[in-house]
Formats: sequence, C-alpha cells, structure tokens
Amino acid sequence: MKKEFTAVSIPTSLYKEIEEAIRGTADPSVPNYVARVLRESLKKTGSQEDVFSPEDEEKVKDRLKALGYID
Amino acid sequence: MIQPHGGQLIDRVLKGAALDEALKKAASLPSIPLDAEQTSDVENIATGVFSPLEGFLGEKDFRSVLDKMRLANGLAWTIPVILAVDRKTADGLAAGADVALLNPAGEPAAILHLAEKYGFDKAETARKVFGTDDTAHPGVAKIMSLPDVLLGGSIDLIRETPTPFQKYKLTPRETRRLFQDKGWSTVVGFQTRNTPHIGHEYVQKSALTLVDGLFINPVIGKKKKGDYRDDVILSSYEELIKNYYVPERTTMAILMMEMRYAGPREAIFHAIIRKNFGCSHIIIGRDHAGVGSYYAPFAAQEIFADFPDLEITPLFFRSFFYCKKCGAVVSDKICPHGKDHQIQFRGTEIRDMLVRGEYPPAELVRPEVAKIIMDEKNPFND
Repeated sequence: MKKEFTAVSIPTSLYKEIEEAIRGTADPSVPNYVARVLRESLKKTGSQEDVFSPEDEEKVKDRLKALGYID
Repeated sequence: MIQPHGGQLIDRVLKGAALDEALKKAASLPSIPLDAEQTSDVENIATGVFSPLEGFLGEKDFRSVLDKMRLANGLAWTIPVILAVDRKTADGLAAGADVALLNPAGEPAAILHLAEKYGFDKAETARKVFGTDDTAHPGVAKIMSLPDVLLGGSIDLIRETPTPFQKYKLTPRETRRLFQDKGWSTVVGFQTRNTPHIGHEYVQKSALTLVDGLFINPVIGKKKKGDYRDDVILSSYEELIKNYYVPERTTMAILMMEMRYAGPREAIFHAIIRKNFGCSHIIIGRDHAGVGSYYAPFAAQEIFADFPDLEITPLFFRSFFYCKKCGAVVSDKICPHGKDHQIQFRGTEIRDMLVRGEYPPAELVRPEVAKIIMDEKNPFND
C-alpha cells in the first residue's frame, strides 16, 4: 500500500528526547506525538474557521441540558 | 480539543428558510428510497460524524479509498461511503440535478446534489475493503448484493429520522460541547457492539487512567444475527455505569451506523469517527470490527502504523483474562501464572451460559449486567 506522507527532519537528539518523554504515555510513537503537537499549535493560531453560529451553540447547550448530560 | 478530521466539522443540516425551500422542492424532485442504514449514513454525513465527507463518494475518491485508503486529497479514509442504485433508476437521473432521498417512512430525508454516476467492480471492492470476496463474509455479501451504479454528490439533510434511543443520539457538535463542559481535554472512545463483560470494563478503566474522560459509543443499527439487541446493549451499559463508573468521568452516546465488519480498515474508520466526536484516543482491542476468522487477531492494531497522520491516538489492548491466582483481570504481559489459573472472556461461552439461564461467574460479568440480559426473553437479534 502506497503511503502518502512527507518527511520533516528534526535533530536526532530531539527525536531521542521525545522518544524518552513519551515512554509510558498514551503517545505510541514520535511521529504521532509530533503530528499531534503541531496540530495543537496550529489550532492555537486560529487556523480553523468555526461554521457554527452562537444560536447553534445555544441550541446544542439546551439539548444537552434537556437530555440530562449537563446541568 | 482534537480537531475534526480534515480540520472542520461538516454541517449540512438545513435550517430556517433553506429548510422550508428544500421541503417544498423535494416534493417535485425525482426520489430514491433509502433503507435505515443508508438514512443513517446521510445523517452521519450531514451532522459531521463522517467529516470531511459532504456527501456520497464520487469516483475519484472512491478509487482512491479502495487503492490507497485515502481520499483523493490524501486524507485518511478507509471505508467507501456510497449510494448504489439500479441502472434504470440511474438512467432517469441527470448529473447536476437534485434528487430527494426518502427515509424508510417515505418522507424526504435529504437532497442529493447529484454530481456523477459511475459503475464499480463489486468483487474488486469486496477484496480491497474486506480482504476477501467470500460471500459468507457479511460485508462482502452486502457489496455483492448492491445494484450496479454509484451516485456521487453532496447532500443536505432535511429531516432527522427519530430512533427509539433519541436520548443517546448526539452529534459531534454536541459531544464536543459536552466534553468541553466536563472539562475533558483528552477523551478515550470505546466502540462496542456487545453487552459489557469484566474484560471490557478493565480495558475502559485502564484507558481512563491515561485521559480525562471515557466516551462509550455503542454502534446501533444493523448487525449480524445473534448479536445482542441494541436496547439490551444500552440497558446493560446503563446498569454498569450506574453501579461501577465515576459519572463525572464517563458518558455514553450511540453511533447510528451499520457494522461493515471490515476489520483493520474499519478500525481506522471507527477512529476517524471518534476523532470527529472529539476523542483524542480510541481503544483498539483484539480483532476490532472483525468477523469469523477473516482477519489476523491484531491486524486492526497493526494497520495504524500506516496512518501516523491520523492524530487520534490508538490505545492497543491485547487479550485479557481473569487469573484466579492474581485475583484480577490481567494479560499474559503482566501475569506469570499459567493457563490453569485463567478464566477467559469468551463472548460465545458467556452468551451460551446466559441462553441456558445460568448466571456467568462474577469474575466474567457483573451480576447487574447479567440480570439485564437474562430478564429478556430473547436478548439477541433474530
């Protein structure tokens, strides 16, 4: 199966540091960790446009309340 | 919180004036009747469960999913979400036209903006998705029984189709809001189509030690004959959660979807869906989404190595058993005692005991859960 990824180089010392840091955590691999952290970083820069209006948000909240999921 | 797959939750649920207009328009459009599973697919597309899909796959995406397990834009996607019709119906529909999709009650559920019609090789599709063209495999049988033409195009939802389990039916928008409200930034999703035994509980609670919250997400919809009934699955989980889980750390909602039994490919699909619901992690056990002996026991875990860009983190669990000497649920990785001390969690054996009217030992099934199942005259699908 052809894999469609691209390589990003990081210093070997950093790779090893990450490898050590994620041992015993929920991150299964360095690439997974790196992808997750980069995504989180992109999110913080506001890359995603929210398609939902404040009215929609309010409806969501009301439904969750009505179903007893939140107080 | 984790981003939806592709970066944005899809919302194709019509509202306000657009909904009124679509309802009027639907009455005069050519129509296609959908079964319950297809209706669920439409709702899942519209509410973002299948983000980034905005409709049924076109040919380019369909070929790419079969050949590369990715959409044409390179985004991971392993299960074709398709709408098949017979040639006569297809001949009566023009690409570029709108088509009303009718729910099983015959009401307009959605409008399909038909972009293309194309043929497909059913045996090839079965081999690529299921790894076999053996029609004894339920997913293969389904593909082989489909009509010949696939319709591709985006959809807009007109009407949600109610279920008997409405209080557990949440959209990704709602689960994301719920997780946020609970203060969970990391959430582990648990996919299930069974009533819970102690092994499931052990896996869920082990995973929960690593994250903020547990999202139990039973698949509700068409399953195999002999699988537990949907209402029995939900009732047994309600009882388990009530008696044995920390409510602030656990929640449950259903996923209205047909099981495909595509093993490894379906494990990735399930992970994408849970990512859209807002889960940062997903539990993948032995033979996830498998059936019979079509897949190697840990193939559904190994396939994740091909998807390092998936972002949701899989938590892999091996087989667990109860060790009488340890007095606990353990695995071969952590228990030094031999097979003589083990009680296995074999679903078929537990099921047989329940059918015979015998309570399984408390080491296998919580008595409250066993009672729920045994109180039913027939807890299984006919």
